[in-house]
This record gives sequence, C-alpha cells and structure tokens, in this order.
Amino acid sequence: MNLSSEIPLNYMILLGTLVFFIGLVGVIIRRNLITMLMGIELMLNAVNINFAAFNHYLYPHRLEGHFFALFVIAIAAAEAAVAIALIINIYRKFGTVSVDDVDELKY
Amino acid sequence: MDYSFTLLILVLPLAGFFILGLLGSRLKPDVAGIAGTTGLFIITVLSFLTAYQYFSAPNPDGEFESLEIYNVLWLTFTDQLQIHLGILLDSLSVMMLVVITSVSLMVHIYSLGYMRGEKGFQRYYAFLSLFTFSMLGLVVATNIFQMYIFWELVGVSSYLLIGFYYERPSAVAASKKAFIVTRFADLGFLIGILILSFNTSTFDFITLTSVNGPVIADPTGALFMGVSVTTWAMLLIFMGGAGKSAMFPLHIWLPDAMEGPTPVSALIHAATMVVAGVYLVARLFPIYSFSSPAALEVIMFVGSFTSLFAAVIACTQLDIKRVLAFSTLSQIGYMMVALGVSGYGDEEGLGYMASLFHLFTHAFFKALLFLGAGSVIHAVHSNLMTDMGGLRKYMPITHITFLIACLTIAGIPPLSGFFSKDEILVAAFEHNKLVFAVQWLVAGITAFYMFRLYFNIFWSRTPNFHHTPQESPLTMTVPLIILAAASIFAGWVPFHELVTSDGKALTTEFHWMIALPSVLVAVVGIAIAAVFYYRQNPRPENIAKSLSGFYTAASRKFYIDEVYLFITRQVIFQLISRPVAWFDRHVVDGTLNFIGNTTVFFSGAIKRIQSGQMQVYIWFFTSGVLLLTLVMLYLN
Repeated sequence: MNLSSEIPLNYMILLGTLVFFIGLVGVIIRRNLITMLMGIELMLNAVNINFAAFNHYLYPHRLEGHFFALFVIAIAAAEAAVAIALIINIYRKFGTVSVDDVDELKY
Repeated sequence: MDYSFTLLILVLPLAGFFILGLLGSRLKPDVAGIAGTTGLFIITVLSFLTAYQYFSAPNPDGEFESLEIYNVLWLTFTDQLQIHLGILLDSLSVMMLVVITSVSLMVHIYSLGYMRGEKGFQRYYAFLSLFTFSMLGLVVATNIFQMYIFWELVGVSSYLLIGFYYERPSAVAASKKAFIVTRFADLGFLIGILILSFNTSTFDFITLTSVNGPVIADPTGALFMGVSVTTWAMLLIFMGGAGKSAMFPLHIWLPDAMEGPTPVSALIHAATMVVAGVYLVARLFPIYSFSSPAALEVIMFVGSFTSLFAAVIACTQLDIKRVLAFSTLSQIGYMMVALGVSGYGDEEGLGYMASLFHLFTHAFFKALLFLGAGSVIHAVHSNLMTDMGGLRKYMPITHITFLIACLTIAGIPPLSGFFSKDEILVAAFEHNKLVFAVQWLVAGITAFYMFRLYFNIFWSRTPNFHHTPQESPLTMTVPLIILAAASIFAGWVPFHELVTSDGKALTTEFHWMIALPSVLVAVVGIAIAAVFYYRQNPRPENIAKSLSGFYTAASRKFYIDEVYLFITRQVIFQLISRPVAWFDRHVVDGTLNFIGNTTVFFSGAIKRIQSGQMQVYIWFFTSGVLLLTLVMLYLN
C-alpha cells in the first residue's frame, strides 16, 4: 500500500501542526503540571509526525527521519520519567501540582 | 684591624627588643630590666672598644679614614638603584656610638629605679632596646637610604615611648603630635634624598661626600627657581633634620614630648635622637659646604633664631621638664649654627668640630639635667617648679649633680660645656658677627634660665610637702654621679684631633677675647637668677608685670602652637579640606550614586516581568518565536 498516492503531504503537515498547537495550548492554559506534561508529549509527537512524513514523502529510500522519530520517542520516555519525578517532589514540597502556586523563583 | 664584632652592636639591641617584646610579659619586671641593661652594657663595652681601636690607629698620614665594615646588598630595583645595608665607621659615627651607648646605658640603669613598679615595665625596656637599635643603625648607616630607614624607626620608637602612659590623653596627643610633625618633615627629607640620588645616581655616603669624588667635583648645574637643584635637595634634607632636631618652625612637638617618662626624655629628647638632625648635616657636610653654601646659610640662621627663641621661652616656663626641653632646642640651635658657619678642612672646619664637640658634651650634661629633674620629680611627684623649693636639704646627691650640670651648660670653665660653647663662639665670630652676638646673648640667657630652674628647685621657699622628699635610690643616683663626672671631664677629650671635617687633626687656639666675655655673660646671667630666685621675693613678678605683653607671649611659647592650629584648622581645613570633601561627596560620589540609582530605578521598573509564573514565560517565549518566524518570512 502506498500512502503517498492517496494522501498528499500537506495533510500530514497539517496534522502535525494541529497536534503541535493543541499541545502548546495545553501547556499554556492548563494549570495542572501533569496535564502540561501531556501537552509537551503531544508537541513531541507532532514533531515525530513531521519526521516520519517528510522522510516517507521526500526521501523514500532513506531512514534517518524514522530513526530520529525513534530517538525522540526514547528521549520523551526519559523526559517523562524525570518530569514525573519532579512533579512528585513539587507535590511533596508545596502540596499542590498547580503551576500557579509554584512561583518561588522570582524577583 | 678587625672590626667584625661591630655587627653585634646592632644585633644585640634588636635581639633584646624581640626577646623583651615577645617574652616580656612572662618575665618578672626585674629580670627584664636587668636583662636589657646587661645587653646594653655589653654594647657599650663594644662601642668603647670600637672607639679605642679606631682612634688609636689613624692611617700613616695621621688621618682617620672611613671604613665600610659591612655593606650587604639588600634591595635591587635596577642596576643603578640598589640599596645596601651596612656599617660605616668614621670618626663621626664612632663618636656617636660612644655617646649613644653610654647615655643609653645610664638611662637603662636609672630606669631600674625610676620606673620600678610601673605597669608595662618590660614593654618599656623593649622599646628602649628598639630605640637604641634604631639610633645605632642610623649613625652607622653606609648610605642615605639606610639612614632614612633607621630615621623612621627612631621616629617610631620615639612615638611609642612618648605615648608610654597611653591611658593619659595628653600623652597620646603628644605622641601623635611628635609623630605627625616629624613625619611631615621626613616627607621633605625623602624628596631631598630622591632628588639628590637622582642627580648623583648613588646613595652611598662615601661616594657622596668624598671631596674629589664625582658628586662634589662635578655638580650638575640644573637650576630650579634660580637656585641649583643640589641646593634644593640639601634644603629638603635639612627639613627632615630640622623636624627631628626640632628646629623652628618644626619645634612644636618637642615640649609636648615631655609627656613621656623622664628617662626617655633624657635619652631620646635630649641626648641622642634630637641631635640626629645635626648628625645628618654633619654626615653630608662636604656637599653642603661645596655644592650648596646657600643651604648652609639657611641652617645657620635657622639654628641661631631657634636658639634665641627657645632660650627666651625657657625663661618663662614653670614645668621643669619644659624648661629643659626648650633648653635642648636652644643648644641644638648652637650646634646648627656651628655647622652653618663652618667650612671644610683645616682651620675652616672649626665650626664642624665645635658642633660635634658640643653634641658630645651636651649629650652628657643634658642627660644629667633630665635625670636630675627626674629624680626631683620622683621625690616631689610634680613637674611644676612652684611645688618645689629647698630640696638641697633632702636630696644632696641630686642637688650637687644638678648644680654641676647647670654650671656646665652655663659654660663655666673648666667644665665641658665651656670648651664646646667657646669653640662655637669662636667659629661664629670668624664667620658672622651678628650670629656671634646672638649666640653670645643666648649664652647669658641660658645661664639665667638654668639657674632660675636650679634656685627654684633647690633653694627659694620650701613649700609644705605632703610627705618629706627623699633622696632617690642608688640605681638613680649612680648614673647621676657618672654623668656628672662625664660632664666635668668630657671637655678635656682632645676632640679637635679626633673628629674633624676632613679627618685630619685640627690645631685650635684658645681665644681669650671670646672666652672672657662669654664667661662674663654667663656669670651675669647666674647673678641675675640668684638675685631673683635665691630667696622668694617679688622681683620676678614685678619684672614679669612690667613686660606683661612680652612675658605672656613668651610663656605661651609665642603662640606658635596657636598659629599651627590656625593654619591647620582655619586655612587647610576650611579652604582646602572642606572644598575637597565637598567635591568628593557631591561630585565623585554623586556620579557613582547616579549610575547606581539609575540601574536600581530601571531594574525596579522591569523586575515584575520575572514573576515566577512559568506559563507566562512560555507565553512570552512562544510569542517571540512566532514573531521572529513572521519577521523571517516577510524579510525573505
């Protein structure tokens, strides 16, 4: 099956952009740290979509884009582990996971 | 001839200072005192040995040469600018070694009795050792820079000893005054040294003062304000000497320095340190004589004026130590005059010889006067002559020795003061009749004020003492007796054969025409003093009233202290310090404060941006990225 014949590249890019901005808006407007983390994951996955799509459509005989997507997934997993550890510590210290209440680092 | 042991003369007092200074509080006071005195006794013996060796072995021409025993390279700045430390022996420095160590030894012994039971007895001996070390280092210096170093050390030890009773505010003020005034003078000294060494590219005394040497034979002819640079340098160097020797107008510290313990006044502020200025001029005498006779004229007039000025003030003071302080000023004035009227070599060098001869005899009789005064103060517990009188009955030894000292300083033959003063008057007579007349008059005034002191202390009315005064202990009377013997016999030392400007023996003649009038004026002075003060009578007060304005001015030391206060407070503080302080506070500080305040103001205005709200940051960041993206897109 050949995706390229049925779905143009623009659709793929549009999908990636949509997912990215959904993630960005989530990061900006949601106060809960866990939800913000989910937003970040969405943004990373939007990037993965772009890598995979460009690799598939523009350089069908090469694999760098796919590998990059794999790396990003691995990094995202590690990042999620670290982030959740941080969130747990923040919760222990402040008793909340709302990002509004965690504003010690200021003027 | 082996002189290597002379190094010990410097090492021992320094070691004494460190040992007594560091371990002093652990030693018993008596142990510390006796240790210091023993050390000094050894140094004195070594100094006399040096003098004996040196003066018994002139070179085949009968001259005394300058010997550099040690000269160690200490600091190298450039190939030309090097500073050595060493020991220079010539007739001048050997003579000074003898004077300093013997007076210092007497003072050490005397202090065992005088300072007994004082708080800080060990500290006192440590400082005395430091002073002795510095003074000996000063006189044996091989170069002018070493001399400057020890010169400052001497100033420090003088400061420490004047402020020995540091609980007393007046002593603290006096020590500060002494230090600041001499330090101010030393500024001139340092500039003088720099100019001189810049001109001659050497610090070394032997090179500087050798008559056929490059410095004197080939003086640089540069002029500054119509006067040769060498003369300026020598005048500035004399300024340092004038500060240390308390010449007018830098004399104001010496009377106040009497706040220190009396033996210290005897050692430092009468016999040794204050003659450092005379020593300095004598050391550089060939340069003064050949390259800058104008500076020598200045020295003569300054000395002459100081001797008259101080003698007049001495007649009005009531504090016996202050009378002696002004008498010291006056006598140092004599020495300066003698240097000022002197020439170099043979008969011309009479003044030089006379000056150092007077330095030699003065050290003994002035130390004796101070120690005698200390003995009196010890018995009466007061410095004021109004609290004294009739003490001859109670203190026979002090009385006799003090009388000898008074006769010596008055110049009565055959005591030592007569010989040295006579030589000075002869030298002055041959050079400048006016100066001779002044010095002749001062000789009379000297006799008058010394016997005013003597009669007021030992005769006159006997006041009601709180407790009967007693003769001082043996540790104090023995130095008095030894110094009295020295005062009597020092005049018979064949000084003119030993210490002369060019190292050759000098033949002196006895001048009846000068000696007779000077003895006469001294006798008249003594007679007037006897009439006024032998018994209590209203004559002195009547005279004082009839001269009321002049008398008050003299007793207030001619308001020189007030002039200094006026100059420093009114002129320097008001006209210089205040505008400078205003400029510093408002312009210099203002500029920096403006920069600082501006930064604080702007950072205060924008600091709210750093809110700690992470999402706000993300919002800014994202907007920035989008904005940049748009800019990039449209620019391309």
